[in-house]
Amino acid sequence: MTFITSLLNAMPGAVTQGMIWGIMAIGVYITYKILDIADLTVDGSLCTGGAVCVIMMLNGYSAGIALLCAFAAGLLAGLITGLFHTACGIPAILAGILTQLALYSINLHIMGIGTDNGSKSNLPISVDKYNLLLSSRYVRELSLRNPILVLVVFVVVVILLVYWFFGTELGCSLRATGANGNMARAQGINTNSTKVLGLMISNGLVALSGALLAQYQGFSDINMGRGAIVIGLAAVIIGEVIFSRIFRNFALQLTAGVIGAVIYYIVIQFVLKLGLSTDDLKLLTAVVVAVFLAIPYLKGRYQSRRKKEVTDHV
Amino acid sequence: MFEIRSIHKTFNPGTINAKTALNGLSLTLADGDFVTVIGGNGAGKSTMLNAVAGVFPVDSGSILIDGTDVTDLPEYRRAALLGRVFQDPMMGTAPTMSIEENLALAVRRGQKRGLKWGISNTERALFRERLETLGLGLENRLSAKVGLLSGGQRQALTLLMASLKEPKLLLLDEHTAALDPKTAAKVLELSDQIVQEHHLTTLMVTHNMRDAIAHGNRLIMLDAGRVVVDVSGEQKQRLTPQELVELFSKASGSDEVNDKLLLS
Repeated sequence: MTFITSLLNAMPGAVTQGMIWGIMAIGVYITYKILDIADLTVDGSLCTGGAVCVIMMLNGYSAGIALLCAFAAGLLAGLITGLFHTACGIPAILAGILTQLALYSINLHIMGIGTDNGSKSNLPISVDKYNLLLSSRYVRELSLRNPILVLVVFVVVVILLVYWFFGTELGCSLRATGANGNMARAQGINTNSTKVLGLMISNGLVALSGALLAQYQGFSDINMGRGAIVIGLAAVIIGEVIFSRIFRNFALQLTAGVIGAVIYYIVIQFVLKLGLSTDDLKLLTAVVVAVFLAIPYLKGRYQSRRKKEVTDHV
Repeated sequence: MFEIRSIHKTFNPGTINAKTALNGLSLTLADGDFVTVIGGNGAGKSTMLNAVAGVFPVDSGSILIDGTDVTDLPEYRRAALLGRVFQDPMMGTAPTMSIEENLALAVRRGQKRGLKWGISNTERALFRERLETLGLGLENRLSAKVGLLSGGQRQALTLLMASLKEPKLLLLDEHTAALDPKTAAKVLELSDQIVQEHHLTTLMVTHNMRDAIAHGNRLIMLDAGRVVVDVSGEQKQRLTPQELVELFSKASGSDEVNDKLLLS
């Protein structure tokens, strides 16, 4: 009984975190599903978003401006990865790793702005002193400042904007780039610039998610983005596995990614309450994602073998 | 007018794998010419088409399409002037996008793509009308994903996409080679129909000598990266496959290539 109550108690927090990471999952969806690039920049740009947001608010800027700047910082991170990949010919996955590594130092310096040695690994921001858009303190409160309410608005706006963008001429050219680069170039699309643009938008959203996360938890931390790509992938894959048959529309597919992130955090809460140590979470996440990534491949192999056996018998 | 002026292309230069694919190739097409291109494996047929399309830069020489020197333009910039259909039916379309979305991408070839909605209702009507001319029933499946179509249907669609925005030059790179004979015949027939309807200047690479003779108003044969046979008009219409082989061995000065050409 206490198990169930404590689990239910943890639900609002899990849903909130899930929605914050859901925005991050939309970013991952853009690179992984639409552009067909596994972009590891996100492990760094998530923290960049959080760091920029907190340092701006500590320096007196409003939450709105801070979020916008966090988004812009994410765009910039994506731009760097994009240029590494397209202008310098570095494989996409390595380009992302390079930017991610560089961002580790940059994030330390962003958080260290104004300090003596110019570097800091954790930057707290108090909900008492600053006007945060959302805070974990109000997560069980029935009022307008409940973070779930704020996040529903954010998630809906982001999904609508992304849906709109990928319906435009420019957005369609991004989709074509991911679906078939040869075809895209033959139709006059500069696939290098569409890739850069896609990486920018993706990392912009990831940084935005990091900024929301930093406000929610009341601090930004150099390690907040560690393994972010895997969590984003987990969300996208869970959403796809559960909803791919019913959600055909693009906006619904994005929603599936967000719901996937929420489910991920609910499951995490569940296993934590069952007694799993938080130290083992990343191992669990990696295993779950590996299994889900392997399933389509193994299923395909199994089916082709079955088919072969059947034809052999005939 | 379309002109290739003495282009050279060597792949992997300076290595043990160095291969000269184009060796001073020159070719001039008048407006409305429909030229079929044949030649043995490694003669440079596909390399020539890819050089024209800008898939890779050439080592020397120049390429002019409709008076514009495109030699230094990247592939996506040249696309404004070109329509292309590839050998692999998978290569010309985006499988995860719908038929109408593919066509909407094609109709904007060479235009700036902005934040306007990617497809309009007037365009849908145009697509439906043009798809009807293919006679494959695709006009009723505008929102179907292209990945669901057969190879032949995809080639027909690619053909339509290549001609939707009228190109200055149409490049058909063995576009029926991967299809079964019946579908290949249908796609060839559609190619003829589209080329004639729009008076498109066309380069069609084929492995099939009968097709090369039956289609177009001019036939060229490549060997070792150069044009070695160039026949047009009545002479081309009276040509037989046997004569073609003789022409070839005379031009290239070797007999052993005969088998290669016939077999391929």
